[in-house]
Amino acid sequence: MKKLDRNQIAARVARDIPDGATVNLGIGLPTLVANHLPKDREVVLHSENGILGLGPKPAAGAEDEDLIDAGKNPATALAGASYFHHADSFAMIRGGHIDICVLGAFQVSATGDIANWHTGEPDAIPAVGGAMDLAAGAKQVFVTMEHLTKDGRSKIVERCSYPLTGVRCVTRIYTDLAVIDVRPDGLHVVDIVEGLSFEELQRLSGVPLKRLATAA
Amino acid sequence: MIDKFIDSAAAALADVPDGATVMIGGFGNAGMPAELIDALIAQGARDLTVVNNNAGNADAGLAALIGAGRVRRIICSFPRQTDSWHFDKAYRAGKLELELVPQGTLAERIRAAGAGIGAFYTPTAFGTRLAEGKETRRIGERDYVLEFPIHADFALIKADRADRWGNLAYRMTARNFGPIMAAAATCTVAQVRETVALGALDPEVVVTPGIFVRRVVRIAPLRRAA
Repeated sequence: MKKLDRNQIAARVARDIPDGATVNLGIGLPTLVANHLPKDREVVLHSENGILGLGPKPAAGAEDEDLIDAGKNPATALAGASYFHHADSFAMIRGGHIDICVLGAFQVSATGDIANWHTGEPDAIPAVGGAMDLAAGAKQVFVTMEHLTKDGRSKIVERCSYPLTGVRCVTRIYTDLAVIDVRPDGLHVVDIVEGLSFEELQRLSGVPLKRLATAA
Repeated sequence: MIDKFIDSAAAALADVPDGATVMIGGFGNAGMPAELIDALIAQGARDLTVVNNNAGNADAGLAALIGAGRVRRIICSFPRQTDSWHFDKAYRAGKLELELVPQGTLAERIRAAGAGIGAFYTPTAFGTRLAEGKETRRIGERDYVLEFPIHADFALIKADRADRWGNLAYRMTARNFGPIMAAAATCTVAQVRETVALGALDPEVVVTPGIFVRRVVRIAPLRRAA
């Protein structure tokens, strides 16, 4: 089987982002999606610190300390961009104006719950940022993560064991092994990597999967 | 005559009492009122409750305020970062109380305070640990969590330009929490790069009207080493 690497997962997500969409990309792997958006599609990136129309990172020497992205990295603004304060920014998120957000996760449940902000360990210092707002507010929530933990357990689970970020909000899961839709009647496999059978994917996954009629 | 210009950061913060709730603007270094925070450290007020998105980075600004032991409680969304060692140390030692709030809920609670809202229902955090013990309500097809406003005694914010009425214009993503914190505090102190004559700010570009600002201090930007 050919597992997807981080960039390949990001490229697979980018394929599903339609022309004209407004998208918020989380920190880490989701940020890579921006590098793979097809040139013939106009996609508006929202950065929750206060930009619509986020551009690529600036050339060396052209950084401006007043212009950063949600990861606090130097950023640029495209023609057509706008700046706004935090309450407006989260009104865009919570008010359902963001078409798609892409988040990383520790676990996703069969009903679309997501856990991505806290390991739950007693001495861990928690930090949540905008993850709960994005999970609750974006029209579609895409999750990118590895299919399995380092010790081989499925990150797609019946019930999340980590503290939840949001309930029943994930719409699609992109892993290094498969693309899976979360629907009211269960998890539907949309894509499987080359060389992996549906049966083998099912064996590796912690919850029952359905074959999507159109899946390859 | 209305003149909100103050000569120094020290003079602008001279009356911050012990136990005050202080909002501090900024997201990362963008919009962080570094010189006002330095003046607050020098001023010496203790037992502060601080409202900020983060809990300080590295050794300057809010991190230094925490490092100096002046902060008793912090309300923020994202304290843990690779360089939040002053927060981490104080928190683990039990010297600093943390109220963790989702970022959008933090922004809306601040906005609500400035707008005179008594409380509001938000879908954010429903069903999570951060909603435990809070009142919830189903409205239509969704579940919501009741959240209350965050008021402050002082707000320290950074803007780009101001006139003597306290009208403020910002620069790019440095705007972040400035406008909502300005409205939520009893006494808002803005540090600005440039002060301009009344009338020099086009009313169309004023983002924070002067009604929300009590004091303005001009802080010339540091000249960067070449």
